[in-house]
Amino acid sequence: MKLDADDFTLLGLPKVFALDRASLDTQWKTLQSQVHPDRFAAEGGAAQRVAMQWAVRVNEAHQRLKDPLKRAAYLCELAGAPVQANSNTAMPADFLMQQMEWREALEEADSADQVQTLSAEVASHRQARLARVTQLIDQDANHAQAALEVRALMFIDRLSDEINHRLERYEDGL
Amino acid sequence: MALLQISEPGQSPDPHQRRVAVGIDLGTTHSLVAAVRNGVSECLPDEQGRVILPSAVRYLLDAQGKTRRTIGFEALAAQAEDPQNTIVSVKRFMGRRLADLVDASKLPYQFEDQPGMVAVNTVAGVKSPVEVSAEILATLRQRAEDTFNDDLFGAVITVPAYFDDAQRQATKDAAQMAGLNVLRLLNEPTAAAIAYGLDNRSEGLYAIYDLGGGTFDISLLQLSRGVFEVVATGGDSALGGDDIDHALAEAALSGAQMQAVTPQDKRAVLVAARAVKEKLSTDGNAHLSCKLSGGMLSSTITRERLQELSKPLIDRTLVAVKRVLRDAKIKPDEVKGIVMVGGSTRMPAVREAVGGFFGQTPLTDLNPDEVVALGAGIQANQLAGNNDKGEHLLLDVLPLSLGLETMGGLAERIIPRNTPIPCALAQDFTTFKDGQTALAVHVVQGEREQVEHCRSLARFELRGIPPMAAGAARIRVTFQVDADGLLSVTAREQHSGVEASVVVKPSYGLSDDQVANMLREGFTTAEADMKDRSLREARVEAERMLEATRTALAADGDLLSAGQRTEIDALMSNVGQRCDWGDLDALEAATKALAHGTEHFAAERMNRGIRQALAGRTIDQV
Repeated sequence: MKLDADDFTLLGLPKVFALDRASLDTQWKTLQSQVHPDRFAAEGGAAQRVAMQWAVRVNEAHQRLKDPLKRAAYLCELAGAPVQANSNTAMPADFLMQQMEWREALEEADSADQVQTLSAEVASHRQARLARVTQLIDQDANHAQAALEVRALMFIDRLSDEINHRLERYEDGL
Repeated sequence: MALLQISEPGQSPDPHQRRVAVGIDLGTTHSLVAAVRNGVSECLPDEQGRVILPSAVRYLLDAQGKTRRTIGFEALAAQAEDPQNTIVSVKRFMGRRLADLVDASKLPYQFEDQPGMVAVNTVAGVKSPVEVSAEILATLRQRAEDTFNDDLFGAVITVPAYFDDAQRQATKDAAQMAGLNVLRLLNEPTAAAIAYGLDNRSEGLYAIYDLGGGTFDISLLQLSRGVFEVVATGGDSALGGDDIDHALAEAALSGAQMQAVTPQDKRAVLVAARAVKEKLSTDGNAHLSCKLSGGMLSSTITRERLQELSKPLIDRTLVAVKRVLRDAKIKPDEVKGIVMVGGSTRMPAVREAVGGFFGQTPLTDLNPDEVVALGAGIQANQLAGNNDKGEHLLLDVLPLSLGLETMGGLAERIIPRNTPIPCALAQDFTTFKDGQTALAVHVVQGEREQVEHCRSLARFELRGIPPMAAGAARIRVTFQVDADGLLSVTAREQHSGVEASVVVKPSYGLSDDQVANMLREGFTTAEADMKDRSLREARVEAERMLEATRTALAADGDLLSAGQRTEIDALMSNVGQRCDWGDLDALEAATKALAHGTEHFAAERMNRGIRQALAGRTIDQV
């Protein structure tokens, strides 16, 4: 095993989008119980440094695979179809229209209930897109198309963050 | 494998020799030290049989004008009489600047506004909170060494999970100043969960509600056999029982239309308020009385009144609880149990509020004052390698987001809070002016968008960037957080390879020399020769390395070629010889060479461990 092995190989998991969360967590803990610096607290500096590198790497892999979007983007990248989130922001016009409508709805919402309704709508849209990503990556091996979906999902997640932020403010009574 | 267990004359051949390792709860109000004895973690008592050491240090001048200090009960007893030189609740000042202290004017100290961290001016000079904490830690270290009649292998020091980098670094520095080998900074809630043995009860999510004298912590832990995974953590590192004392004192003073004017007054009314608060945990009402410079303050306080006064503070804790549940996407009824930690959870109002919020009675069977130290003692024993069965794995998270200042005074988040640690993350930045050759890096911690509302951890400069057009340079800033939650930052310009790095360390207004002097003067007994001590410590370190290498060779020696093996054997025998010479520098150099020479072997062993773990087999089964 090498530090630069891909996340799936490192954690001993199949390279699929529909990853079982429970086995991901189990593998993460199994590996951490081997490499965590605490296991080497009574040993010298050399073992500590190696342990630190591995523990960082194992956490990084777990964090990436745990998050559906990061996992999808990572699979696309491994398959040679990088998402290019920063350089490629062109999106279809109807998608952008939809985004604008949602953002306006969020602007105009003046009660927790209204924000909640919007939140549910966005969440179900997100769910549908994630299902498409599963199909595109795991069945069709169409990573280029999946990368487009991931880019769209990134917009949606940013919007969801803003929605959640608003909901939190309502919850805290601000 | 018996052939490998050759030991040099004079070296310990007994692999089962126990190393003395302790857990220390460095608390706001009091501190404790615990260790595993006969398989059970217990708090170590002082000569009078008291396990608690009040976190109080008094600096004074004796008749000859020499400075002296008293620590613990003796110092505490003098706090009303000599408040300016008797420092209590110093934990609230750790890693804080004067501007961070909300109640500074109500405290009887002469604060010195030093960059990095506030300090207190005493008869013995300006004292940094790190130094005061080191006095407390050194006292507990002495207690442990007396108890076991042996040097300590190392210590686990507990910190509130919500402590930021500056507070953690200050705590670690205090421990090192007190001559302790820090095995780990352990989060207090995790320590409590270990003490309760929650990992053996049942799998599930537990909430640890820790309201101490000066800090509040709420952590959610996912427990399964042997694994303590922190899912989310939150709190307020400046909220605790002390605030309730302040509120009570204020109420009593304003009720009587009196004021605490002198430092003595301020301390006296706080001491009286605390006594009343404690009495009201069992009684329906209590009498507050104390002598102030303006006359007697006398007032009767009911439990209802105390509840009313503490409600805003308890509500603040519940806001933090809600936020943590939200971070973890958990509802209150999904929590399997709630553990109460910290003396302030003795207050009936706190227990009722927390029980009401979660809809179940919190766990209170262990002494809330001792539980953190007990857990730390168990962990210290394991980290020292005394306990080869039943190992715990502690998976912690970063309590507060880490970021950098960008244009317009905004904080750009690099590592979000609740990211599992250890971790490393990198982000690329660029120059914004043509020909710019330097970049200032300002590291901050906190959740707010404006840098001024976050904690400033460090500033450093990356210099020597070759002149390029604006936006052409590619500067990668890497944040690395270790298992203790401590940060180091590196900045590197990708084209030229120019690099700058910094271990994030608050400045205490003390030079390294001053710190070294304090080490020498303060914490070694008068008759012990400092050099002797250094040599003894270097020997302990060398023997630790030798033993670790021997164990590693016995387990995985087959990974080495004959040549590699000969090389390591030579390095080991070199260290062995230097141990007997009494030459400190030569011994340290040999130990360092051994550490360096075994790096490749360590990497190979790690690799094997991982392959075996992935194959679902443990070392024992191979």
